[in-house]
Amino acid sequence: MGMTSAQKSGFGATLWDWLTTVDHKKIGILYLAGGGFFFLLGGLEAVIIRIQLISPENNFISAGLYNEMITMHGTTMIFLAAMPILLGLMNFIMPLQIGARDVAFPFLNSLGFWLFLFGGLLLNLSWFTGAPDAGWTNYAPLSIQSPGHGIDFYIMGLQLSGAGTLMGGINFIVTIVLMRAPGMTYMRMPLFTWTTFVASILILFAFPALTVGLFLMMFDRMFGSAFFDAALGGNAIIWQHLFWIFGHPEVYILILPVFGVFSEVFPTFAKKRLFGYTAMVFATFLIAFLGFMVWAHHMFTVGLGPVANSIFAVATMAIAVPTGIKIFNWLFTLWGGSIKINTAMLWSLAFIPSFTIGGMTGVMLASAVADYQYHDTYFVIGHFHYVIVGGTVFGILAGLHYWWPKMFGRYLHEGLGQLSFWTFFVGFHLTFFIQHFLGLMGMPRRYWVFLENQGLDTGNLISTIGAFFMSFGVIVFLINIIYTTIKGKKASGDAWGSGRTLEWAISSPPVHYNFKQLPLVRGLDPLWIEKTEGNKKVTPAEPLDEIHMPNGSILPFIMTIGFTIASYGFIYQTESKYWLIAVYAGMAIALISMLIRSLKDDHGHHISKEELERVGD
Amino acid sequence: MTDEMSTRKINSFQKQKNKEEMQKMVVSFALMIFFTLVAFALVMLEVPSTYVIPILLLLAFVQVGFQFFYFMHLKDKGHEVPAQIIYGGIFITVMVALTFTIITWW
Repeated sequence: MGMTSAQKSGFGATLWDWLTTVDHKKIGILYLAGGGFFFLLGGLEAVIIRIQLISPENNFISAGLYNEMITMHGTTMIFLAAMPILLGLMNFIMPLQIGARDVAFPFLNSLGFWLFLFGGLLLNLSWFTGAPDAGWTNYAPLSIQSPGHGIDFYIMGLQLSGAGTLMGGINFIVTIVLMRAPGMTYMRMPLFTWTTFVASILILFAFPALTVGLFLMMFDRMFGSAFFDAALGGNAIIWQHLFWIFGHPEVYILILPVFGVFSEVFPTFAKKRLFGYTAMVFATFLIAFLGFMVWAHHMFTVGLGPVANSIFAVATMAIAVPTGIKIFNWLFTLWGGSIKINTAMLWSLAFIPSFTIGGMTGVMLASAVADYQYHDTYFVIGHFHYVIVGGTVFGILAGLHYWWPKMFGRYLHEGLGQLSFWTFFVGFHLTFFIQHFLGLMGMPRRYWVFLENQGLDTGNLISTIGAFFMSFGVIVFLINIIYTTIKGKKASGDAWGSGRTLEWAISSPPVHYNFKQLPLVRGLDPLWIEKTEGNKKVTPAEPLDEIHMPNGSILPFIMTIGFTIASYGFIYQTESKYWLIAVYAGMAIALISMLIRSLKDDHGHHISKEELERVGD
Repeated sequence: MTDEMSTRKINSFQKQKNKEEMQKMVVSFALMIFFTLVAFALVMLEVPSTYVIPILLLLAFVQVGFQFFYFMHLKDKGHEVPAQIIYGGIFITVMVALTFTIITWW
């Protein structure tokens, strides 16, 4: 960013720069842009679903298309919107918070992003020929019998983007273990770094289950195996287990990073250190640990038996304890603080009651006996939208408003921000609160239409009106981004004036090597410590010397193109063996790129001491 | 650059330690080869499977231990965090395997 604004370059050069970048900040922005794009797509699908359900026996879209809508809405929002946007925030902010100049594997970082983007695009290409239609959980045997190539696109698209996410997770773990600035012990790491670390461990352990599940599904659908076919000795429940062994940790992958965001926002705008830092770290680990042994609560009605159901019910309820610890710690952080309310703070404050409602219905659902009533009704829809929208989406928006000045050097407009907050917040509760009651009245999820005069008409109408409010809020947010990019107020390094962590110690936006000299970390909230001692800057840990930085590379992009072509070939080789050419050609492109990467030495480049001295502060 | 300098400046203490490390590696490698030979021998001598299977599992377990602690340096100082993460991974894998055997296939 600093480079491109200094020397005005043409469109081609800028494009090349973004295609080849290995800078964690640019990759972070790419993740945000890609995730944002899919968020809009998923939102559009949501609005179409709500319009279909605005009145009884509506005929806005056909039943088949409705199935495709709900499947793609869920898949897109989880895999292609929420998670990539979080990965974007982690990518941009985490290395700054630990005082690093880049992530541990910059090349891998770039590859991870491109795999996610092309996996998402591949999945959405299915719209032209028939999208997946077995729900985002893609349960066998329905998904095995689904005609057409929709499910095949689901398998290959998620396999690609899942590989990208796995790379991102490994990269973050190694970065945090190895690249913390001098003095940054584990217990001095900011909470957002901690939650990035724990979420990455969850990615590392959870995604292989999805990968295996998708491979089995791929072989069942494309190569005639019978892992999930009961008629040939298979077992459809295996898919459910594999999916939820991945899927439950996945929802913690979505929520833990935003817990980190709130743990940054509250101390900054309450001007107090985070209450119960150690307990917060402990609670994060406890949530992650318990998160791995509760997956079967999605399967209470499968017939696992009372013993298994009870064990999983108790484990699930136990998660409320560490989550409660966190909620109270945030409240105590606010208690007695000198509180400044702005958009980032509003999103964070709104999160607490919204998420707590979602947590409460979660405990209700965790009771296996009661779940027989709730299962597959709108009660469940209400519950998980309260935790995913009220938690993850609120957290993402809080994080975007909080770090926008750091990432782009300009503040998002406060008035527009508050307008989008209030419309989205009101719309969110309108849409989803009533859905709990629709569910209790017996409205099943995933149904295309409902009948008149069953007490469901008004509730569904209110829900749809809420969805329009939410859309309005999102549109205002988009306008805010455009406005800010053109005319937004410029931000200084410590944009909020009360920053505590290292990212606020450097310019906004940061130079591409982040830190001219690596900072010396003398405790938790290093910038705050320096401020209390009257220092304007963080104490450097090293004398000014030349900086070693990685070189950009186009190989990740080419590799991804190769894998995408191969995936396309896999999908269509069931129709004609000529498509195998695409498989071989695509794999050849990818493997040759890997070979070049392995054989060609690339030692990166150095930024000389003279140049660093010339730049000044 | 600095890496090369420091490798040249290895003092005798480190040399001694490296030598010991190498010895341990060679010993554990030899043991692993030996275990593999024992495993093959047991199968080829057609020992009843009630004995062979537990013995094979035990040998495999020990080999995995050698692999982790000696070749992947889990025992070394400064490797505590990666070690914890690997233990976590083993824990989850075992749990998943147990689930499949107990509640899916039994």
